[in-house]
Amino acid sequence: MILFIVFLPLLAAIIAGLGNKSIGAVPAKLVTTGALFASCALSWPIFIGYLMGTTTAGVTPVLHFIQSGTMDVAWALRVDALTAVMLVVITTVSALVHLYSWGYMEEDPDQPRFFAYLSLFTFAMLMLVTANNLVQMFFGWEGVGLASYLLIGFWFRKPSANAAAIKAFVVNRVGDLGFMLGIFGTYLVFHTVSIPEILAAAPGMAGSTIGFLGYRFDTMTVLCLLLFVGAMGKSAQLGLHTWLPDAMEGPTPVSALIHAATMVTAGVFMVCRLSPMFETSPTALHFVTFIGAATCLFAATIAMVQTDIKRVIAYSTCSQLGYMFFAAGVGAYGAAMFHLFTHAFFKALLFLGAGSVIHAMHHEQDMRYYGGLRKQIPVTFWGMMAGTLAITGVGLPGVFGLPAIGFAGFHSKDAIIEAGWASGNPGVWFVGVLVALITSFYSWRLMFLTFWGAPRWAASEHIQHALHDAHGHHGDEHHPEEAHGNSPEAEDAGEHPHADGAHHEELPHGTGGYHPHESPWSILIPLIILSIGAVAAGYVFHSFFIEPASGEEYWKGAIAYREQLMHAMHGIPTWVKLSATVAMLIGLGTAWYAYIRNADFPAAVADQFRVIYRFLAHKWYFDELYDLLFVRPAFAIGRFLWHRGDEKTIDRFGPNGSAWIVVRGARVAGRLQSGYVYTYAFVMLIGLTAAVTCVIAK
Amino acid sequence: MSGFPILSIMLAVPAIAAIACLLLSAENARRVALVATLVDLALGVMLWANYDIGGAQWQFVEHGINVGRFGWDLGIDGFALLLIMLSVFLMPICIGASWQAITTRVPEYMAAFLFTEVLMIGTFAAQDLFLFYIFFEAGLIPMYLIIGVWGGANRIYASYKFFLYTLLGSVLMFVAMLYMAHTAGTTSIPALMNYDFPSGVQTWLWLAFFASFAVKMPMWPVHTWLPDAHVQAPTAGSVILAGVLLKLGGYGFLRFSLPMFPEASAQLTWLIFALSAVAVIYTSLVALVQNDMKKLIAYSSVAHMAIVTIGLFAFNRQGIEGAMLVMLSHGLVSGALFLCVGVIYDRLHTREISRYGGLAINMPRYALFFLLFTMASIGLPGTSGFVGEFLSLMGTYQLSTGIALLCTTGIILGAAYMLYLYRRVVFGEIKSDDVAAMPDVSTRELWLLAPIAAVVLWMGVYPESFIAPMRKDVGVLLARIDRATPISDSRPTAGKPAAITAAHEGAH
Repeated sequence: MILFIVFLPLLAAIIAGLGNKSIGAVPAKLVTTGALFASCALSWPIFIGYLMGTTTAGVTPVLHFIQSGTMDVAWALRVDALTAVMLVVITTVSALVHLYSWGYMEEDPDQPRFFAYLSLFTFAMLMLVTANNLVQMFFGWEGVGLASYLLIGFWFRKPSANAAAIKAFVVNRVGDLGFMLGIFGTYLVFHTVSIPEILAAAPGMAGSTIGFLGYRFDTMTVLCLLLFVGAMGKSAQLGLHTWLPDAMEGPTPVSALIHAATMVTAGVFMVCRLSPMFETSPTALHFVTFIGAATCLFAATIAMVQTDIKRVIAYSTCSQLGYMFFAAGVGAYGAAMFHLFTHAFFKALLFLGAGSVIHAMHHEQDMRYYGGLRKQIPVTFWGMMAGTLAITGVGLPGVFGLPAIGFAGFHSKDAIIEAGWASGNPGVWFVGVLVALITSFYSWRLMFLTFWGAPRWAASEHIQHALHDAHGHHGDEHHPEEAHGNSPEAEDAGEHPHADGAHHEELPHGTGGYHPHESPWSILIPLIILSIGAVAAGYVFHSFFIEPASGEEYWKGAIAYREQLMHAMHGIPTWVKLSATVAMLIGLGTAWYAYIRNADFPAAVADQFRVIYRFLAHKWYFDELYDLLFVRPAFAIGRFLWHRGDEKTIDRFGPNGSAWIVVRGARVAGRLQSGYVYTYAFVMLIGLTAAVTCVIAK
Repeated sequence: MSGFPILSIMLAVPAIAAIACLLLSAENARRVALVATLVDLALGVMLWANYDIGGAQWQFVEHGINVGRFGWDLGIDGFALLLIMLSVFLMPICIGASWQAITTRVPEYMAAFLFTEVLMIGTFAAQDLFLFYIFFEAGLIPMYLIIGVWGGANRIYASYKFFLYTLLGSVLMFVAMLYMAHTAGTTSIPALMNYDFPSGVQTWLWLAFFASFAVKMPMWPVHTWLPDAHVQAPTAGSVILAGVLLKLGGYGFLRFSLPMFPEASAQLTWLIFALSAVAVIYTSLVALVQNDMKKLIAYSSVAHMAIVTIGLFAFNRQGIEGAMLVMLSHGLVSGALFLCVGVIYDRLHTREISRYGGLAINMPRYALFFLLFTMASIGLPGTSGFVGEFLSLMGTYQLSTGIALLCTTGIILGAAYMLYLYRRVVFGEIKSDDVAAMPDVSTRELWLLAPIAAVVLWMGVYPESFIAPMRKDVGVLLARIDRATPISDSRPTAGKPAAITAAHEGAH
């Protein structure tokens, strides 16, 4: 069963990829989409089996991989409660994204390649979550990195897409450096890379010390932190997050699948998978909490001022991943996984909805050129609405004796915020609440700018193109989603006092005669299905993931379980329970005031706090800083070593020097013609033979 | 197989074919060379099939004529078997790659390649010290000719540099060999591998061998001959240079330095580690700024070879097995990358990266192969590059965390320079008409690239096939060098779970 789930997508990817144009777009799409729906159909029964408590964990061996001494690695597929969650998330979102791409990529000439990459990605991700040892996990880890690289750079003619693809791969490799060293260290300590064996042995190593880079540290802290660096890279946490916003260069379905629902959550998955190991190092857990909370806040602040619809959602993803990490850091692994689960549905929904908006607006991604789309594309609107209600955590808190009921994010995010309080960490709790407010603000800002207000479409270049060219075909030169937001000029435009929400004051009003059309059914069906998930996933599944009794029964030891914390979460004060909801309402009110009631307000604020605004609009200057610190020096040092090191030093005093002496001495320079090479070779041979003969004859 | 002198036959086939080539026309010389190399490949497959994994240490042993101390003694262990397989596998591909590219002095060219094959196999199979020396050093001569006669515009400088570098090392190694033969009273390599030289002498002998192997490897800072040699060599010359000749240094360390001078190896591990760590970072950064495709891949070779040396001197199983796998993988992958360069060089006659761009548009099959080999070079799991690199670095980590950290940065830098190359050549828009007119890979080129691609994936998914033949030999080597193993800097202490659990509970 699990073999089919994992290997069908690989098979489909090979068929579509190698067949490519010779088998045509439709067969390639049928094979890949069919394989994914089959995988999905096989995955749900497994998950339901765990929910009912009828299935137990198991490992399916596939093939021998590496055996080097005690380092014994096999290809094997592990299924337990944790894997089951990931299986349904991955296959469901992937199947829907495949379907969605039928409509979204309709006009692209390279569809077989696109679908092959999507299926390849799904295979790698499934290998990651079914890994029973760290090396196979690393295989999946790198495999998804490759697929991500290929899909970000799918429109390979676009320089910005290529740059983003390389950036994603290389920044992830920085994380992989930590992951690899973590595996080496783990093997050194435990003499195995098998995850169950490591987790069993980890508590026994608590309190030991190990040498690392000449100093001695707590063993488990070193190992956990090294592995966590890998998680930071893949999950775009503070410091290694810079690739994720740029990854929006890829087609929107890719952003939904890889950069929202699945791949970026691999880091969270890894921490949960290794949670018994992290439990042995309080220092490592504090670090995880800190990084999670910091990313959560940092990314949310940037999301407030972005104008590109996809970038808002990208930073929002970054921020939500931060939530998951701080949940894991305070020991609420169930809550982290629950948020991962619900987030997959509502964030994929938001991205796919954004894709539908972009599709309707003829590849325009800048929200400043949207407005009033509510009536034009109603299905998309309601889908996005469901996603927004889910991410902002709308719901009735379970206080005053009422049952807690709400949209997906309400259950999962509030659980994380409550866990922050219950773990005795008010600072973390406060960050959680503050970010809930900001999340609500930027999410509603996106909704209001896009769907409410007067249309501001006429000023968009993309719309102008569409109006001039009724069919919207621009030949091969044109690629969808030529983002506005990523060139320095466009960013600087954002600093303009009248930028942002107030932009329509100076832009020509109106529709310009353009009529946005609702997307085809292949796009709308995934939106509708995901909307159901965004509405109901929280309420339906929360008892399995986070309730003390049923949760423990569900997880069956697949993640570390702190019973005390779970009970503490139930005893928290009412005002704490209400806090996230209140924060959400304040955010909603502010967004409503700023983008509907008084549209001059954002510009006034931006003007008032120019420095802060600019700092946020430039994403805290991380890209500029890294460019200055790493990219430029690497090239400069490379040039220096090449010219000064190799050419001017080593060659000058080495071979050129000796050649000069030889040449001068023998005056053979003029005779070094190609014809003489034979002679030289012959002399070498004679000399060699003579020397050897001389020795032997003795 | 007893009594059947398969190793001698594997040497004789290309040797006879080489002489025949010199007497034939261009067209016939090509055919004879191809047939001869394919026959050798078939013999190699037979060799592997009959090799008794886990059996005697030396197999297919032949004792031929003896002249004084000098003997025609052949025999192989697992290391030699794998490297012979690599040589015979790449050789027909080299002949195929030269099919149309070489038009002048074809018979001589084919003869030079066949002689190279003889000398390569001879080097790996030799069991006599001086027989090894002859094969080892003479292997340079055909290479020297290939660069000097069929090379690019600056070929004389390149071949001269190549010659000068290797000369010094050879002389020192030869002197050391004379001393060894005199002191130990034998020239048999298996016997010398178990002979204990006094540790003071070991250091000098080690350094003399090091002079030769470090150049062949090449290790920083004696690597500068390699980029020039590669740039000037014809495609097939680069393939064989990167594929097999660069492995001679690693094989030398494995066969001579480690087992014959274990104490000296342990003492001087710091030197190997320091030079290798510098090489990884230094040459990776230099590779990043290259404008010439072949130079870029040549510099990346130096970085990969540094991973081999740290693995060999890690004094543990993962390190040595990893180093061997890196050698095999690098032989395949860098060879394939040079073939990829050759494919487009044959069409446009330039190696300038900036002249290309957008090849994914008109050469999609080429783009796929190039992607696979790029990823293998980066060490993506599932390709051959990963397994060796991973094991080698893992072995190093057990000895020195700092060196492992420095060398692991190679995975970041490697990704940067290879993807940057790939982007400039394959992605983007087509910039000129002559690039747009380039046809995709031909059937002949497909036959060159596809077999390598298959083996690269095989080694990446099921490396056991390649680890199994050397497992026992690594054990023998480890048993020999165990007494000298340097102390690790990690040394984890035993855990105190109870104390920590208590503190942990208290915190909550």
